[in-house]
Amino acid sequence: MSARRLSIAVVLAGIALLGGCAIEPWVKPYEREQLADPVMKASRGTLADKHVEHVRDVREAARGATGVQGGGCGCN
Amino acid sequence: MAATSSRLFRRLAALLGGVLAAGGARAVDLPEDRAEALYHSYTGGGVTANGPALLVRKSVLDKVSLQGSYYVDSVSNASIDVVTTASPYRERRTEYGFSADYAYRDSLITLGTSSSKEPDYTANSVSLDISQESFGGMTTTSLGFTRGTDTVGKHNAPEFADTAKHWQYRFGVTQILTKQWLASANFEAIADDGYLQSPYRVARVFGAAVPERDPRTRSSRALKFRAVGDLGHHDAVHADYRYFWDTWGIKAHTAEFGYSRSFGDAILADSFVRYYTQQHAIFYSDNAQQETTYVSRNRQLSSFNDIGLGAKLAYTVRKVPGRYELKLNGGYEYVRFKFSDFTDIRTGSLYATNASVLQLFVSGTF
Amino acid sequence: MRTDLHPLTTRRGLLQGSAGAALALMAGRALPAIATSSAAPDFTLRTLGGPNLRLAEQRGRVVMINFWATWCGPCRQEMPQLSKLYDKYRAAGFVLLGVNVDDDVRNATAVATKLGVSFPVLLDTDKTVSKLYELATMPSTVLVDRDGQVRYLHRGYLAGYEDTYEKQLRELLK
Repeated sequence: MSARRLSIAVVLAGIALLGGCAIEPWVKPYEREQLADPVMKASRGTLADKHVEHVRDVREAARGATGVQGGGCGCN
Repeated sequence: MAATSSRLFRRLAALLGGVLAAGGARAVDLPEDRAEALYHSYTGGGVTANGPALLVRKSVLDKVSLQGSYYVDSVSNASIDVVTTASPYRERRTEYGFSADYAYRDSLITLGTSSSKEPDYTANSVSLDISQESFGGMTTTSLGFTRGTDTVGKHNAPEFADTAKHWQYRFGVTQILTKQWLASANFEAIADDGYLQSPYRVARVFGAAVPERDPRTRSSRALKFRAVGDLGHHDAVHADYRYFWDTWGIKAHTAEFGYSRSFGDAILADSFVRYYTQQHAIFYSDNAQQETTYVSRNRQLSSFNDIGLGAKLAYTVRKVPGRYELKLNGGYEYVRFKFSDFTDIRTGSLYATNASVLQLFVSGTF
Repeated sequence: MRTDLHPLTTRRGLLQGSAGAALALMAGRALPAIATSSAAPDFTLRTLGGPNLRLAEQRGRVVMINFWATWCGPCRQEMPQLSKLYDKYRAAGFVLLGVNVDDDVRNATAVATKLGVSFPVLLDTDKTVSKLYELATMPSTVLVDRDGQVRYLHRGYLAGYEDTYEKQLRELLK
């Protein structure tokens, strides 16, 4: 699959995932105990992540898509 | 290009303005108040870069969360490039960052700015990120944009001055799959324009040293997939894969696999293994055998792979639930780099080196 | 170098596509689950202290049902405020039921003790009552009047909500 098509597919998939779904959310807000566990968090410290990202950016040619991860407690 | 980016800013500002004008009710939480103090260190291939860093985040009037950070990098460089073509040097880079988060209904809007200065390079950037929860909180979508401007100088050459501009576009989706698993996909497109090389680095053409010539534009894309799952005993696994490709002909794959576990209330341990491999840029050559418009011997653009093995530990010193928490953290990663088409000109054989990445920090949420 | 990029992957195209998606996403939130002015569904749950407690037996008193969990930050912030409300109005016929939805009861006991809550804590480990009340957020607070009708429903907790609770409570206690 060409890179261009892949980019478009990702953007469309993202939008489709959220647009007019007739499906009900299957993980209820009161069932998120395991997802809220600190082990599931992607980051242990903002500065530490910044340091690692800087090291990778300088030593490797690839950059980007390090990602913001959602999930967690989902409270409020 | 200037016209496009100012139109772009106007559109984003309009979107933001509309959202802010609609009032203060919110359903998403502002990030927690926190403070961090870090000591970071990188040692490898003759380069030592270390220093302190500080960060403070505080929410104001329960409406906005403000964050300020200060980061120092003292670099002592005796790397293979430097040692074989120049003399070792020391320099210091200082970076200031500031950001504000605003929560509106199910969205979190973050406006950030950062400024990095070293004797021969300054980089400033502004960013906007919007993150939105939907589908009963099971899906989080985020969009981000960063615009950067750099000023490039050269030691002992005041007549040398150039600039580089960067645009970054990010899109990400995190989806909760089951009560234990979640998956995310992130896409980032980066465009660079201007002076993208180093004024000190040389390339090798027919065995002779010539100043390197990189293109003045670069456009890259990266797509990353991640899955995290809770295994039921306060432990979790995660697996990441990222594919990167750009207009310089570089293709890179990154794969990471990790396992994390809590021991009691106080200890949280992580371990991971990371594999990275890249294919050289079109114009990269260890020793070019023909004259080309662009030529570079920058080993960061060569074909190489690296494997890293790392572990982290977080120890909760004191915790009062709902009030504050203080943690001591440490992280260490050992990386081995192996180059396939970059040689050590002192020996003539392919270059390989190790590196150690160390982090020690104190973090508190309050 | 490449000039034949597809419109959607050029800088402008990506931004337009992304902005469009963002606007589409910002439209609307989920509709309320349990309706006000309807009878509060009855349930019986075990309390931390031991004996069972039934909602229908509280008829004649104003009941606040607060759904909480140890892993929920806003819940832990809210509970001391609720404890104060309970101490203040219990003599006037106010009952506060803290329904906990943790998988492990020991966590609930530990946190409830640490926070020093004075109101009864009920255990909904198998989530039957949570499903019954169609909880859409954590925490959720339901205010039921003396006749067993749901009068107010609060989703989530932000500093200052306890003032609204107190105002509504006083109105129902009259």
